[in-house]
Amino acid sequence: MSDHIPRQHGASLLTKTARTKKRNAAETRFKAYGIVAISISLLMLLVLVTTIFSKGLGAYQQTFITLQVELLEKKLDKKGNRNLADIKKVSTFGYAPLIKSAVAAKVEELGIESGLKTKQMAGIVSKGAAAQLRDYVIAHPERIGDTVEFRFLASSRVDGYLKGRVHRDRIGNDKNISPEQLDLVDGLMAAGVVNKTFNIDFIIGADASDQRPEAAGMGVSMLGSLSMMLVVLALSLPIGVGASIYLEEFAPKNWLTDIIEVNISNLAAVPSIVYGILGLAVFINYMHMPMSAPLVGGLVLTLMTLPTIIISTRAALKAVPPSLRDAALGVGASRMQAVFHHVLPLAAPGILTGTIIGLAQALGETAPLLLIGMVGYIASNAPDSIASGLLSPNSAMPAQIYEWAKRADPAFYERAWGGIILLLFFLVAMNTVAVILRRRFERRW
Amino acid sequence: MDRHDIKIAASNVQVHYGETHAIKDVNVEISDNTVTAFIGPSGCGKSTFLRCLNRMNDTIQTCKVKGNILLDGENIYDKRVDPVQLRAKVGMVFQKPNPFPKSIFDNVAYGPKIHGMARDKYELEEIVEKALRRAALWEEVKDRLNAPGTGLSGGQQQRLCIARAVATEPEVLLMDEPCSALDPIATAQVEELIDDLRQRFSVVIVTHSMQQAARVSQKTAFFHLGNLVEFGETGQIFTNPKDPRTESYITGRIG
Repeated sequence: MSDHIPRQHGASLLTKTARTKKRNAAETRFKAYGIVAISISLLMLLVLVTTIFSKGLGAYQQTFITLQVELLEKKLDKKGNRNLADIKKVSTFGYAPLIKSAVAAKVEELGIESGLKTKQMAGIVSKGAAAQLRDYVIAHPERIGDTVEFRFLASSRVDGYLKGRVHRDRIGNDKNISPEQLDLVDGLMAAGVVNKTFNIDFIIGADASDQRPEAAGMGVSMLGSLSMMLVVLALSLPIGVGASIYLEEFAPKNWLTDIIEVNISNLAAVPSIVYGILGLAVFINYMHMPMSAPLVGGLVLTLMTLPTIIISTRAALKAVPPSLRDAALGVGASRMQAVFHHVLPLAAPGILTGTIIGLAQALGETAPLLLIGMVGYIASNAPDSIASGLLSPNSAMPAQIYEWAKRADPAFYERAWGGIILLLFFLVAMNTVAVILRRRFERRW
Repeated sequence: MDRHDIKIAASNVQVHYGETHAIKDVNVEISDNTVTAFIGPSGCGKSTFLRCLNRMNDTIQTCKVKGNILLDGENIYDKRVDPVQLRAKVGMVFQKPNPFPKSIFDNVAYGPKIHGMARDKYELEEIVEKALRRAALWEEVKDRLNAPGTGLSGGQQQRLCIARAVATEPEVLLMDEPCSALDPIATAQVEELIDDLRQRFSVVIVTHSMQQAARVSQKTAFFHLGNLVEFGETGQIFTNPKDPRTESYITGRIG
């Protein structure tokens, strides 16, 4: 008691004393602070999630143009003998005229008035269309001479126009699109030739060059992240859990183990970019591992994740009551039997949760990956891109997002947000798994 | 049955916890087929001494034990002795019931399993039944052997722990205040059990309750401030103590 208010004997319980009122007021204030703090954080979360979804959902839809292309024999197979080697000699430049004439034919068929030249009309189709056409012809040489229906990606400007990113009155200086082309798009859209649909290629596809943001996808970088996570899981779980068990259950408590303990806690706070430069120096410069390889990325992220796993595993082991170890030792179990038969099963949910949280942290880590070059530009789609496995160059989800955010074309910006949605999806999924595992394996004692 | 051979002979035992001198020069002889009670006020070292008898103190790093403790004439602190083997011979029951978070069956079967005492499932089942019968728990749990051991009542849990300890066929059973967390009825059951166990084992029990020591033990040792003050027949200690400190304690003037 700091101030002395003598308690009155015989005072009524029905009236509150000044002291009680003060205490109650303090409690009410404290509750109010808590509610305000939580409301602010919920509001921030709401703003964050809405922003991400409003900016990123666009990436999951893409504008396509459906065209009937006549695969002219005189352009594609001059000799007419369907020899694959000869057909392959025709480059994508050879296919461009086919697309031009297909667009022109479509415009004429629909009777749309347009003052544009054929070349400008074809500008609404993605630059990747010729390659798509060529791939098809090489795969089906027997169709040469037929007219085949194709769904081509529209150019990113047309796509942006349909998504409200490109505005008629703001394209004055844009070489890639003109108001006349937009008129044409309007016409084609009314006829159902141009339409916006769900774009699975954003999820499973590879990155694309600066010229073709409409074709860029997260798929390959997702595979890169997946292979890194496998490396991290395979290395950090056994090493981390083994180290924790040794430190917690077997190691003598002396100055050496004290130093190790302090350093593990410190390592957990080391900025991730430091691990990146360490990986660059040790794994790439000294051990000559390949650059941009998921194996190196996984190793660096393992180093980064280990302290997290060790700390959470030790906490989980500490939480197991010592009476249980006594019980096991008391019936003549060895230290190792006591740990593996009784302590570890009880600590398992905590260990698993810590591991998954560590993995989720590693999944979202960008800085160390930039230093070891995990920003490989992979343009070939799966399965070609995964065939070479852990040692071939690859990218990772956060590094891919960073790459897109860096590029000049605003169409890539939308894809960066879209990539963040995917990344968050995986993080939320992993944390959910952690919670479920905890619930599932939690046992009481 | 009434062979009163010396099972454990401790001489000049000193225990240090870091700087603290917890046990000072204790000499005691524990007979076979006898219940020996250690009594004394809190912090007098009786539990510490008990934990020396199966080397449970090894797990505490700062704890240093000096002197000789002979089990059947062999020094248990000899370098060649593996504490794991020792603990199979000298079982222990703890203050708080600490069943494994496993089924009742697995709790009792764990010791026999790790010591390879059963050749097959049937032998293991026999061992478990025998141990549970000895712990006077069989009738209560025979229909729910697969239920978790932690779901039993406090007294049942402690008897389960006793069953677990006797299942490995130890020669000595150490009990560290086994009834302090139990109600009077459960305590009575455990005390009755201790008297039965004497037929097969040498039992050493640490207790806070002098009545309990008087009820269950044949020999009593009184510890005070790390010293073994007096050791003798239980009847003599309680009716005719030689040391004034023992008299003060049992009459309630100290402790």
